[in-house]
Amino acid sequence: MNMEKKDMIQGGVRQKIHHDSGPKHVSGEAVYTGDIAEPAGTLQVYIATSTRAHAAITKMDLSAVKTAKGVACVLSAEDIPGKNDVSPVYGDDPMFATDLVQYYGQSLFAVAADTLQNARKAASLAKIDYVDKPALLTVDDAMEANSLLKEPFVMARGDSKKALSASKNTLEGRFRVGGQEHFYLETQAAFAIPGEDNDVLVHASTQHPSEIQHKVSSVLGIPYHCVRVEVRRMGGAFGGKESQGNLLACTTALVAKKTGKAAKLVYDRDDDMSITGKRHDFRYDYKVGFDDNGQISALEMDQALRCGMSWDLSEPIADRALFHADNAYFLPHATITSYRCKTNTQSNTAYRGFGGPQGMVIIERIIEDIADHLGLDPVEVRKVNFYDHKDTVNGTRRTTHYGMEVEDCIIQDIIAELEETSEYAKRRAEIEAFNKTSPILKRGIAMTPVKFGISFTKTFLNQAGALVHVYSDGSIHLNHGGTEMGQGLFTKVAQVVAEEFQVDLDRVKITATDTAKVPNTSATAASSGADLNGMAAKNAASVIKQRLIEFMAERHQAKPEEVIFKNGCVFVKEASYTFNEVVQEAYFSRIQLSATGFYSTPKINWDAATGQGRPFFYFAYGASVTEVLVDTLSGENRILRADILHDCGQSLNPALDYGQIEGAYVQGCGWLTMEELVWNEAGKLTTHAPSTYKIPACSDRPQDLRIKLFEQGKNVEDTIYRSKAVGEPPFMHGISSLMALRHALSSTVGGGIVNLDAPATPERILMTLDTLRKRV
Amino acid sequence: MQSEITFLLNGEICTVSNIDPTTTLLNWLRNEKLLTGSKEGCGEGDCGACTVAVGSLDQGRVNYKAVNACIQFVAMLEGKSVWTIEGLKDASGHLHPVQDAFVQTHGTQCGFCTPGFVMSLFAAHLNEEHYNKQEADTLFAGNLCRCTGYGTIVTAAENMQGVGLDQTDQTRIQNDTTLLEKIKSAKTVCLESDGRMFYSPANADDLADLYAANPEATIVAGATDVGLWVTKQHRELPCVIHLGRVEDLKYIKEEDDKLVFGAGVTHTDAMPVLAKYFPDLGEMMRRLGAVQVRNSGTLVGNIANGSPIGDTPPALIVLGATITLRHGDKRRSIALEDFFIAYGKQDRAKGEFVESVEVPLDQAGAQARFYKISKRFDQDISAVCGCFNIAIEDGQVKEARIAFGGMAATPLRAKAVEAALLGNPWTEATIDAAVDAFEQDYAPISDMRATATYRMLVSKNLLRRYFLETSHSPEQTRMVGAGAFSL
Repeated sequence: MNMEKKDMIQGGVRQKIHHDSGPKHVSGEAVYTGDIAEPAGTLQVYIATSTRAHAAITKMDLSAVKTAKGVACVLSAEDIPGKNDVSPVYGDDPMFATDLVQYYGQSLFAVAADTLQNARKAASLAKIDYVDKPALLTVDDAMEANSLLKEPFVMARGDSKKALSASKNTLEGRFRVGGQEHFYLETQAAFAIPGEDNDVLVHASTQHPSEIQHKVSSVLGIPYHCVRVEVRRMGGAFGGKESQGNLLACTTALVAKKTGKAAKLVYDRDDDMSITGKRHDFRYDYKVGFDDNGQISALEMDQALRCGMSWDLSEPIADRALFHADNAYFLPHATITSYRCKTNTQSNTAYRGFGGPQGMVIIERIIEDIADHLGLDPVEVRKVNFYDHKDTVNGTRRTTHYGMEVEDCIIQDIIAELEETSEYAKRRAEIEAFNKTSPILKRGIAMTPVKFGISFTKTFLNQAGALVHVYSDGSIHLNHGGTEMGQGLFTKVAQVVAEEFQVDLDRVKITATDTAKVPNTSATAASSGADLNGMAAKNAASVIKQRLIEFMAERHQAKPEEVIFKNGCVFVKEASYTFNEVVQEAYFSRIQLSATGFYSTPKINWDAATGQGRPFFYFAYGASVTEVLVDTLSGENRILRADILHDCGQSLNPALDYGQIEGAYVQGCGWLTMEELVWNEAGKLTTHAPSTYKIPACSDRPQDLRIKLFEQGKNVEDTIYRSKAVGEPPFMHGISSLMALRHALSSTVGGGIVNLDAPATPERILMTLDTLRKRV
Repeated sequence: MQSEITFLLNGEICTVSNIDPTTTLLNWLRNEKLLTGSKEGCGEGDCGACTVAVGSLDQGRVNYKAVNACIQFVAMLEGKSVWTIEGLKDASGHLHPVQDAFVQTHGTQCGFCTPGFVMSLFAAHLNEEHYNKQEADTLFAGNLCRCTGYGTIVTAAENMQGVGLDQTDQTRIQNDTTLLEKIKSAKTVCLESDGRMFYSPANADDLADLYAANPEATIVAGATDVGLWVTKQHRELPCVIHLGRVEDLKYIKEEDDKLVFGAGVTHTDAMPVLAKYFPDLGEMMRRLGAVQVRNSGTLVGNIANGSPIGDTPPALIVLGATITLRHGDKRRSIALEDFFIAYGKQDRAKGEFVESVEVPLDQAGAQARFYKISKRFDQDISAVCGCFNIAIEDGQVKEARIAFGGMAATPLRAKAVEAALLGNPWTEATIDAAVDAFEQDYAPISDMRATATYRMLVSKNLLRRYFLETSHSPEQTRMVGAGAFSL
């Protein structure tokens, strides 16, 4: 028997397997929450919202709403049997406002009717009286009024004040980056079906089924075990479906229990954008000290972020912005202060990177300032500031400003390879020459690194469960706590199970995330989906596999290590058996063929009180080079070419990882270059649909895009098959687009520091250039 | 008159009566036919997730167009063939080659936008149109994807280049042709629901009579604007008259001294003809809406709705266009620029409609330039649309027509700037002296697209760009479009 002769299994780890739902996506057969067939009598639900940013409600007369055509029920705060709250943590997001509204778009009441049209029409009949209060809309408003969700939080190391005054050079500045709408193509949706007793089944488009379960139970005043939440897939999420689905799920569940009928609620795009939170916009004030090589000696920075009317997830987001204020750079002395501003706007929430991008973009901006001030290539300044490479002996530049040792730093390797493959230096010189003669169009180029910490910074969240059944026909049923939002998590975890059992992937049935199958799960967030759920599923599969090994060893008088699963077969010494044979035999011998699996990330700890610890299991690395073109008469701009080298460790699925990198890069560029949220003076979001809020379109991607996975990548930590998380880290490659635009402007006016805020829309670029030209 | 509409849905005849006149195709597909493959991403024709292919008979063959189902009324589909994502697989359940191309290139992630992308490429495939990497940007400009970054989707389109129609598609088209001939009707459609009316006449005389008799009616050609009154403003329109079936308004007259476009001519059909004489206008129209919007919306509709931010009115104004208005059987012609009186007010009597637009060819239009400034290059409403047609003779400005969209309450000529240029030498000094006159011509507003300051500054700069373009190549002045800078 020669095991080597057999082909490898189809669909194990490291293979470029297409997304499991691909054929269903392209045929319209993939079912999303809004597509689920409705039982007869299903009610359509509409949520009416505030038209004031900050006001007392003095009267809410819903009598005309209740008697309108088609209306089955109208629900406001007084109809909630449990707690009037849909917040993820802090208890500060009323499901329905009572006497106070705190943003334009806040939910007031819900109408359930036979058709959505009737529900919406009925809602317009409400008579609501407001008495306006002063509204704080922006970070500037909030900082001036000292409107903070809590006292400023300081993360510090060393003596930055003293080090600053001892620095050879210092610079200071102010920088702003805008927020970002998730613009998942599928808007928020929930669909509740009442069951017997207190039971309710909720289908929700959510990254966090367990939280939906908890909030529904809290609103209805029933135990968790009455609420089952199921999600097969989302049409995109990007963090926007971590907490923002709670209101819809609770509302449909309440309607279902009140009426005994199924209830569906799908926001239209305008409601979705007007009601839900977004990426936090930031204002930064900084002072940096550095030597003549650009090496940073001290940094003091204030980060003020717009949290909106409540906490939502702003605390860990603000924390992550602090954790990433170093990006890949050693900061010997640093004091970074976070101001969590409370404003009368949507409660901002998780968005891919979770504060990390906002933490990183500012240090990259500072590096560019230093380079421009010293007349150096920014890449040289970056290099002298990197953390020590993992192989550096007796390294002294290894400890982050929050006390964690960076043990896996490979950024030097990545930068070196990318410098060569992208021909960065040669192109930069060419561009400088081009700009000297080109009358209108100017080019710019920048290379930026990424180092992104992987793990939830709330340590307890780093756990996951899985459930694996092997049926007696050899088919496998897989379930875990992770959710599928397009990233291919289900495919990757199924690959892990196929690999463990050494069977072809098509044997593994992927099933919807279900709180009744795997309980007490964390959100699919923080890029952790494959790391956590892959490990939990591997654990479950290995439990079954171990039982089969013991069974086969005993039956064939072999040692357990002589039983080997390989390429669809089980080898015992010289004999081989098909997987099906083994499973059937095991079944008849009364061996349990089902198991749960569990995983909790080792090594991590974080003490929020001292601001010290090891919040991250490991870091993901990468770098990008972006070249842009700017029209100096209009500010219009576009990306000409991008080169990305990204570290996925040993990739579980290079095709899916490539897709994450490409999509994240374009989304990151969108954030910093074209996507602009605008509120009017009344606090109403005026960019609430794609006609006014512009995400990158097809032609906005670089015509020349060269993405490579870092081939030497291997996680030094014992992660799932030594892979690395990929959901968020490549988003921050978009930072190189902003820095390239900055270079184009700097080069246009003959050098110097460029105060280019983001998003760098045509208008912002032209106005920045106008200011620069006047300065010159 | 007929009181029902008949069209083809995925190859089968479908007859509908008793339908609300403004029920959208997307809602009808999803709620009535339980065909949930077409998705709603925005309800305003901006994301393309609802894209379907609509076939029409055109001289004996069927021409397929990608259309946004979310702002298309079912009532407008009389005599058409509608294909949705559910209709693509072959009889034995195999994916269509276009569908398979997306799977093979990993062109799907969350999959919600996917049916729309597939339908855009499918419509092109049925017309045997092929797209290379760069052309695919234009093909997909009306389809948004938030996951993939588009690269893998573009590769799917590239991989379909040179792939011909298979037997299934040939049969599909043959069957459509036969059935469309069979259901062809020359009668006016009249639907009524709760006292609300919908008329769809088949010829211009019937249209004129109906509108004269129902002067409060809303005229709809492609519904790329009126559709949003329904889906966004939730308006109930008491009476709608559809001109999309009026065959004798779909003419394009290409004569020695003029081009004439009937009210039924879509942007898609007008674009190549205009581009032939005014290449830069073709480039601007390539960025007007996107394929789905241009397939439905009409050139005349872009004028008749009176919007201050429509892109073609300022362009046509600098070309000296005139329009013909018709009331019953009375017609009158006016200069296009005189049509726009104030915001929401045009020189149009009750019951009178714009029947055609005429663009003169008796002047050299080759020097005309059309600049669309927006946050995003494709499928975006202009912050400023600046159009210039300046004739230089012996180094002097002999004639100048400049008009802008987005700078005033109507599309408006920059007469003070024109005056500052006329008779002066075509030099940078003249431009420098002229730009301040924009402040006499315009007092723009600030909104979510741009501030007044930017609008003013960029308008001045567009005159500078126009000046530079008379001595520099597109490679030195243009970001996108033909001849633009590329690496």
